[in-house]
Amino acid sequence: MPDRYHIHTAPAGPRFHRVGKFGNVDWREDCSRCSNCVKLRCLYEVYRHEAAYNRDPLVSVETLNECKACLSCVQGCTKGLLSVSVNPEFLAMGDDYWKPDMLLSTWVQADAGKIPVSGAGYRGRFSGPGFDSIWTDMSEIVRPTRDGIHGREYISTSVDIGPKPMRLRFSAEGALLSSPSRLLEIQLPAILDLPGWPVESKHLAAARAKAAEELKSLAMMPADEASELPSDLLACVVPILNENDIDARRDLVAAVRMAQVADGPRTAELAGRLQAINPQLVVSVRMVLSPSTADRVMELSGQGIKVFHLCADQHGRERLEDGRTGRHIKDALRDVHGRLVKEGLRDEVTLIVSGGIALAEHMAKAIICGADLVAVDTPPLVALGCHVCGGGQACDAGRNCPIDIGTVDADYAARRIVNLMGAWHSHLIEVLGAMGIREVRRLRGEVGRAIFMEDIEKEAFGDLARVPRAGVQA
Amino acid sequence: MITDIATIRLEVALESVETPFAQHPSNSDWPQEHVAREIRPAPDRYRNVLGKYKIDRSARCASCGKCVEVCQYGVHVKPAGYAFTLRPKDHLCIGPECANSDKSCIAQCPQKALSISRNASTDAMGDPRWSSDLILATWHQAATGHPAPSHLEQRRGASGGGFDRLCFKFEAPEFFGEGTQGANPNGGDPVAIAIEDIDTSLDLNRRGDERPQVHIDIPVYGGGMSFGSVSIHTILAKARAATAWNSFTCTGEGGYHDRLRPYDDHVITQVATGLFGVREETIQRVRIVEFKYAQGAKPGLGGHLLGDKNTPPVARMREAVAGNALFSPFPFHSVYSVEDHKKHLDWIKEVNPNCLVSVKVSTPTDVDMVAVGSYYAGAHIVHLDGSYGGTGAAPDIAKKNIAMPIEYAIPKVHKFLVAEGIRDEITLTASGGIRTAYDALKAIALGADCVVIGTAEMVALGCVRCACCESGRGCPRGIATTDPDLVEQISMEWATQRLINLHNAWREQMLAVLARLGMRSIRELRGRSDLLCYLSDEPAAAEEVSL
Repeated sequence: MPDRYHIHTAPAGPRFHRVGKFGNVDWREDCSRCSNCVKLRCLYEVYRHEAAYNRDPLVSVETLNECKACLSCVQGCTKGLLSVSVNPEFLAMGDDYWKPDMLLSTWVQADAGKIPVSGAGYRGRFSGPGFDSIWTDMSEIVRPTRDGIHGREYISTSVDIGPKPMRLRFSAEGALLSSPSRLLEIQLPAILDLPGWPVESKHLAAARAKAAEELKSLAMMPADEASELPSDLLACVVPILNENDIDARRDLVAAVRMAQVADGPRTAELAGRLQAINPQLVVSVRMVLSPSTADRVMELSGQGIKVFHLCADQHGRERLEDGRTGRHIKDALRDVHGRLVKEGLRDEVTLIVSGGIALAEHMAKAIICGADLVAVDTPPLVALGCHVCGGGQACDAGRNCPIDIGTVDADYAARRIVNLMGAWHSHLIEVLGAMGIREVRRLRGEVGRAIFMEDIEKEAFGDLARVPRAGVQA
Repeated sequence: MITDIATIRLEVALESVETPFAQHPSNSDWPQEHVAREIRPAPDRYRNVLGKYKIDRSARCASCGKCVEVCQYGVHVKPAGYAFTLRPKDHLCIGPECANSDKSCIAQCPQKALSISRNASTDAMGDPRWSSDLILATWHQAATGHPAPSHLEQRRGASGGGFDRLCFKFEAPEFFGEGTQGANPNGGDPVAIAIEDIDTSLDLNRRGDERPQVHIDIPVYGGGMSFGSVSIHTILAKARAATAWNSFTCTGEGGYHDRLRPYDDHVITQVATGLFGVREETIQRVRIVEFKYAQGAKPGLGGHLLGDKNTPPVARMREAVAGNALFSPFPFHSVYSVEDHKKHLDWIKEVNPNCLVSVKVSTPTDVDMVAVGSYYAGAHIVHLDGSYGGTGAAPDIAKKNIAMPIEYAIPKVHKFLVAEGIRDEITLTASGGIRTAYDALKAIALGADCVVIGTAEMVALGCVRCACCESGRGCPRGIATTDPDLVEQISMEWATQRLINLHNAWREQMLAVLARLGMRSIRELRGRSDLLCYLSDEPAAAEEVSL
């Protein structure tokens, strides 16, 4: 057996004052100076840290707004002067997809690669649109994996990208006719995609490449950015090429293991040209996820293209031709996956999906819905501290970025991205371990190991009388 | 208008009557302590009680005492001889409901010195599952022993799904006139039922084997929380409240603390995958033994006590090394089939011939098969632990995503057991997200016999659900901690009283609902999902799907 895949994480603190969820508010007036001050007894020393910060803004900046809202001080103050409230700056971050809690959780994961653990049960809404309407299964008594979580059994997270011939063909004399397999095996079912919106930073591409190298994964980037990277990083880089790039960048094409072209009228021809330069190259096609994706995948598959990168919008939805948004990835993917299964082609092609993959659970759920692996666009930015201002629409990385993302150092950024993906890897192990599944390849399309809200809601409550919610007293 | 039946104060004879010492065969060789089932005030232990509203008294106040005169709720106090009115006890204020009456202090104040607003600190507390209203209402119930006043929503949270989408038909205008007080849900003449004739008790041994019957007085018992995860005061308070109500608490995985011995008859010994602190005598001294296969907080992931909380006394009881994180593996490495499962239950039954065996499982898609398997393996109780509950430290991804919420699992298992013809031979217990008396009633209507609670008891002891129980010194409010200083924040007597009160408040709400439904026993409610309705967003769906 090869060495166990392990992502080495190391602490890398935030660069800027972090926006916390709760703030303490106190009124100095009317304080009786009773000396029983609950501020001194704060279990988390929040008041002490904030006082230190007020004296010297360079002191322990990361501890600002670290109040946990245990309300001990609010309830204990002799004169009841203290109050805690949710930080409005916190609530203003992100958008309705990237909720502030998700940003905070991602930052914490990128700090040291640890998965967030807390007590007192689940705290969120019962369910929601998209991925929030799926629960993953667990295996109760009869299960094949003995304790994959605590390392007693290895759970593989590696996936293959590339054409997978279903059988070998031999001549009558017994000589192998099939061309040698061109599978590219990566160790994590997540590759690093371009940011979801243009971000001006010279170092981000290098950071993604470095992170991908350490993660034994891949990083996508425009061909011109890839060309500027040192050659030892190119094995982990997936350049996105257009028609004119191909001949101009023959060296690059020859040096990489995988390349990508955008879908267009001449996709198959471009793929052929790339293949001619580098016969070992895995060629993937980047296409917008839409209701016609399944048809197009079938068509291109017939022309010999076997790797598809399906790009949903930033909220994980199909993009329709008229600019409107369509179904969520979970439904669209099940469609494409189901079609390929029906046509007997599913094992030959690789589906990469991106857009709206914001949390580790989205990675697992997208794979359950039929993806082989996911590509992450926004999470690496969030790992660096990005606030996803206005869902990325309001991004002004050049000037007003709250974390000055343009100046980030490539090594530091790579470290934070590796930490985040390390935490995602641990998350994936938790989900697979709970199911008793030993490798992520088996999770693909395993809708039987997931609970879909629309089904279970019908099964559990379908026979109940329904009344409008508005009519019943809240 | 909907009658807010939960707020009907029930004149139950409990407050004054001392219950007789419960008569049951005991497996304990230790003198058993009697805990009185008395409802007494157990006010909030903090100096400033949190309320939903905050009343601000400005410097214009002339201390005329008008507010003291008009307020019916005791918000304003000016003791005899005092020149000034005290700081408003704003946690007693009922808010806008009062503002429209002529008893409003705001309107009546001659100086216009008073103003009211929502309390920002309270709004910072809680979450969609446990809204701040639910927390405040639970505190009120624990403090007084009675349902909360109507300005606090004590029946449903704000999660937008599951129990929060279900209500009893009598709560919905569409079904007014059906199932109202005294109605007979079985058809026929309406029957008026007196509260004191309603029974909330339950027999747990339904197999009809030769093992002793175990009877509980309320369809609720306490979930497993180990020594280490919560303080000894919390554990003892749970055991004492269980004793007072002739119900049960559970050791959780972490051994059987010697101080629990006086309550042996009301303790469930948990045997979990790590087998921490499990010994033959701890299995022999109790009336119920529980196998924990999985827990809802982290289904399929085993247990995890972080190193910080593994203090020397905790480590001693678990026979482990202090300071190390303790993992309870998943699954039982001795069980890989239903046959192995039967072998496990037989082992416990052999060690203690006079106990019932409960099997605690989480809620996978095949939970119905697991329940049937447990029945055939010989279990008396199948305990389903839904994925949204749990009190222990768990990865956030597991709490949200792994396994199905209990609301789905109960009808699934209930219907399957009915179809298999074995529903009446096994007790189905539900936990993992039972927050309120109404959740418990809905769970029973969906098909459970009784429920197990955990977080609700923690909230009764003052938990604000800040979710900081897992690391460092543990709970800042002294509930889920073994830190010697923090533990002292709550006394065992106070905590016991809070829990006894909570159970009484829940029971009063249950009695009110049963009376309204015309039922004489909580057992009649089981599986009556026809009495529930689903709160839908679509206005067009406002007709009955089936009857």
